[in-house]
Order: sequence, then C-alpha cells, then structure tokens
Amino acid sequence: MDYLTSVVTIAGINIIMALSFYLPFMTGQISLGQAGFMSIGAYASAVCTVKFGIPYVPAVLIGGICSAMVGFVLGLPALRIKGIYLLLLTLGFGEIVRVVFINIDYIGGAAGFPGIPYQEHTLLYAYGMVLILIVFFNRLRKSRMGRACQAVGTDEDAAEVLGVNIIAVKLTAFSTGAFIAGIGGGIFAHYQEYIEPLMFDVMHAVELIVFTIFGGIQIFWGPIFGAFVLTLVPEFLRIIQEWRMELYGALLVLMMIVRPQGIISLDSVWSIEYAVRRLFRIKTTGVLSPSRTEGK
Amino acid sequence: MILEIKNIIKYFNGFCALMNVGLEVEENTLHAIIGPNGAGKTTLFNLISGMYDVSEGQIAFRKKPINELRPHQRAELGIARTFQIVRLFGHMNVLENVMLGSHCKTKTGLLRTLFRISLRELKEEKTTRENAMRWLEFVGIAQKANQIAVNLPHAEQRLVEIARALSQDPDLLLFDEPAAGMNPKETVDLESLIVKINQMGKTVLLIEHNMELVMEISHVISVLNFGAKIAEGKPSEIQQNPAVIEAYLGRKR
Repeated sequence: MDYLTSVVTIAGINIIMALSFYLPFMTGQISLGQAGFMSIGAYASAVCTVKFGIPYVPAVLIGGICSAMVGFVLGLPALRIKGIYLLLLTLGFGEIVRVVFINIDYIGGAAGFPGIPYQEHTLLYAYGMVLILIVFFNRLRKSRMGRACQAVGTDEDAAEVLGVNIIAVKLTAFSTGAFIAGIGGGIFAHYQEYIEPLMFDVMHAVELIVFTIFGGIQIFWGPIFGAFVLTLVPEFLRIIQEWRMELYGALLVLMMIVRPQGIISLDSVWSIEYAVRRLFRIKTTGVLSPSRTEGK
Repeated sequence: MILEIKNIIKYFNGFCALMNVGLEVEENTLHAIIGPNGAGKTTLFNLISGMYDVSEGQIAFRKKPINELRPHQRAELGIARTFQIVRLFGHMNVLENVMLGSHCKTKTGLLRTLFRISLRELKEEKTTRENAMRWLEFVGIAQKANQIAVNLPHAEQRLVEIARALSQDPDLLLFDEPAAGMNPKETVDLESLIVKINQMGKTVLLIEHNMELVMEISHVISVLNFGAKIAEGKPSEIQQNPAVIEAYLGRKR
C-alpha cells in the first residue's frame, strides 16, 4: 500500500510538471528547461523551510515565485527564437542551473541538500494542485487568454494582426509554466526530504515531452493522462524485470505508429462532453463543442 | 483622410518590392488596388498592417504616424485585414476564431481566468460571444458557428475571416483578394457584402484580380506595377488609362 501511495504521489508531481511544460507549449514554445525550473522551486522552498523555518505552503509558493521570476528573465531572449533554437536555449539553461547548484555550498553543492522536513500529506497537496490546474486549464480553454494562447501557437503572425500582443502572451505563458514547475519542485523536495542537482537533469525534461506527446497535445487532458499512465506503467511492469524498459520503449514506438495524435485527442473529449450532455439532458450555453449531428 | 502613405520604399535583401509609393485613402471610400502579379500589392498590405517594417517612408493612420507600431497596436487603432491565403486557427471552431477579434478590446488576464474575481469576466465573455455571433450572422454563416474552421468549404472560410476582421470593430479594413477561388455566385454575394460593409461607414481597401467586381464597386482605383504606382482614379478613368492597358496587355505595335 505504501509503495502504491508513493508511486501515485510521484505521478501527481509528474502531472504538475507535464502541465508546466504544456502551458508554454500551447503558445508554440517547446521548453527543455522545466527540470531547471523545478530545481529552482525545489531549492528555494527547501531553503525557506530549512534555513528560515517558513511553513510548508508559503515556502512552496515562494519556490514557485522564484522560478517564475527566473522564467520571466529567460523568457525575454526566448521570445526571439522558436523551435529547435528555443529547445537548445532551454536545454542550456537547465544545465546551467544544475551546474550552479552544484557549486553553491550553502545548499550542499554536489553532496545534495539533506534534512528537508517531510510533508506527510504530499499526496493531498500534489493532487490539490493538480485539481487547481485542471480548473485553470479548463477555464483557460474557453477564455480570452486561452484562445490567444492557442492562436499564437497556431499562427503567430495572424494572431498579432488580430490584435493579440504576442510578446505578452508568450512571456506570460512561459513564466506561468515556470511557476507551475517551481511549485512541482517544492512539493517534490518536501516529499523526498533530500534533493541533489542530479535529480533535475535534462532527461527529466525530456520525459515531460514524452508524457505530453503520448497523452495528446491537443488538449490539457493529454499531458495529465500521459504523465499518470507513463509513471505507473513501468512500476506495474516490474514483474517482467529487466525487460521492463524495453517494453516501455516499444509501447511508445507502437503508440506513435498507431495513434500519433496522442491517446486523448480533441475528438475524444468532444465525444465525452457530448455524451455527458445527452445523458443529463443539459442545454448547452456558450461555445459548443462540435458534435456529430450538427451541420452535417 | 484615414490613411496616408508617403513615399514608402520596401527592400527585400536588395530587391526593391515597392519604390516610392504614395497612397491616400479617404474616409468611407471603397478603394481598390489592382496590378499584375508581383506588383507589390500584398507587400503594401503587409506594411500597412505591420507584418513588415518599411525600409523608408511614412505611414500615417488618421494623421498619427504608425511606422513604429507593432501589428497588434495597429489593430487596436482600428486597422483589420484578411489574408490572401486564408489563415484561420485550425483547431478552433468558427465562433472561437471570430471571438479572437475582440481580443484587444477586452481585458481578462490569466489570473482572472483562474479566480474569476468578479462577474466581469463572465460578462465580458458573454459580450464577446454575442458580438462574434452578430458578425457571423452578418456574413451569413451563423449556422456553422460550432464547426471546426478548417472543415468549412473555401468560400465560407473566407467569410469567417471577414467576420473575424469585422469583430475587431475596425475603421479601416484591408481585404486581400477576397474573391480568389470563389465561384460566380459566391463572388456576387461577396460583392454585395463588401458594399454593405462600406455603407456601414467602414473604409475598405481592396486588392482584387476580378476586374468586373473591382470596376463595379470601387470608388477609387490605384494601379501598381513593378513596385510603383502607375495610375489612380475613378474606375472609368482607369479603364481608359494607356499606362494601365500597357501594364496588363502590353504595348500596341
């Protein structure tokens, strides 16, 4: 039971991280720096609780804010570049953060930062955060800023001509993504009780991309689903021991061939929404999702 | 005068796309720009809407110089455009596409999206939706509001783009070849739509290759050829202008 709880908790933190990647991704910014932001949040909140005795919740929030501020500063040069170049810039950023933390003795350097107070209700806090994020992303989907984010992600120039301030939108999305990653880092640090720079290497950032693409990039349920399933699957595959990671890899390859748009696509969400509406006979208001019967 | 362009020059790596072009667009007119392919018409639109920077020269909107403004700032001032190749946002439905036009007139940010501090956010969303719906009805495709934009036939996608531009509540509209790829019936409908928009008090700047349409509805026509303006005047004058005939048909032997 304890083992299962810990796996599910880590899955919750991974969901938070995947969503932190997804927000800037919506605006067309692919970031490999989320692990870097996570470590900033983790270290900042750990310093708050260990060195200054600040309680858990404000400490985690401070971690998020520190990460968001760094995200804002990094977001400025990142605005000018796209695609593979932005990937490289954020990759470099993640590595720099790691090396910097290795060389700061105040927070333990390469030996790591021990003695962080353990938060026994991490499961609750992690999924509480996930719940807040679900509400946020769901509201975002049908709001002014959400439409702007999607528009910027699809066609930046057309969005700008329409009156969308793309600099503001991209910068907001990037630093909010950093904030979410920082929160994830803070929760992670107070669950592990011990953090070291090596925990936040680039592979962790790559994992977030895998979660998102596996789950589906069209809607935020994709990264949530992807993070949850892909965290649990390797654990359940433990019975086949050393073949575990091979099967995991094969699963990803198969998945890309069979369903490249990801497990959860917009279509599936619409079908579910439509079914729910029919089931409860809800009269819809607002922006409807397209249904099979309308206009065809 | 709503738009005044003075001696603008646009280079692309040494290639001169527009050479000393000047243009004056009067309030409430329907002003057409014609010219053979590659004459620089779309480049001119891109300079006005801010997608390109001018190399030299001045663009003024209602006497205010707008050279330095970003495209979204120009949109806020009241300039809207459509594109030669339709640029709708694929994964969004028609209504959402049109709702984006209200972006610069509304305020709700990320924090307010999450917390909905007051009822203002919901009200703003509602007015945005009603406004978008009104324009969809105006162009005549309200019944397609919930369809995904890219699934619509070409002519209807153009109408969505026009509705989207209109929902910005602009004073100056730039239409870049709106009739391209439309059949005769659709073109006639489009023609009356453009006239209707103009009669609502909006200034229309129109690039179009369909001469019938241009000659019928425009008040003033400017002709571009090889990046220079070669003629300007009423439709009847343009039809007689020897320089224009030469640009389109070649010189008489």
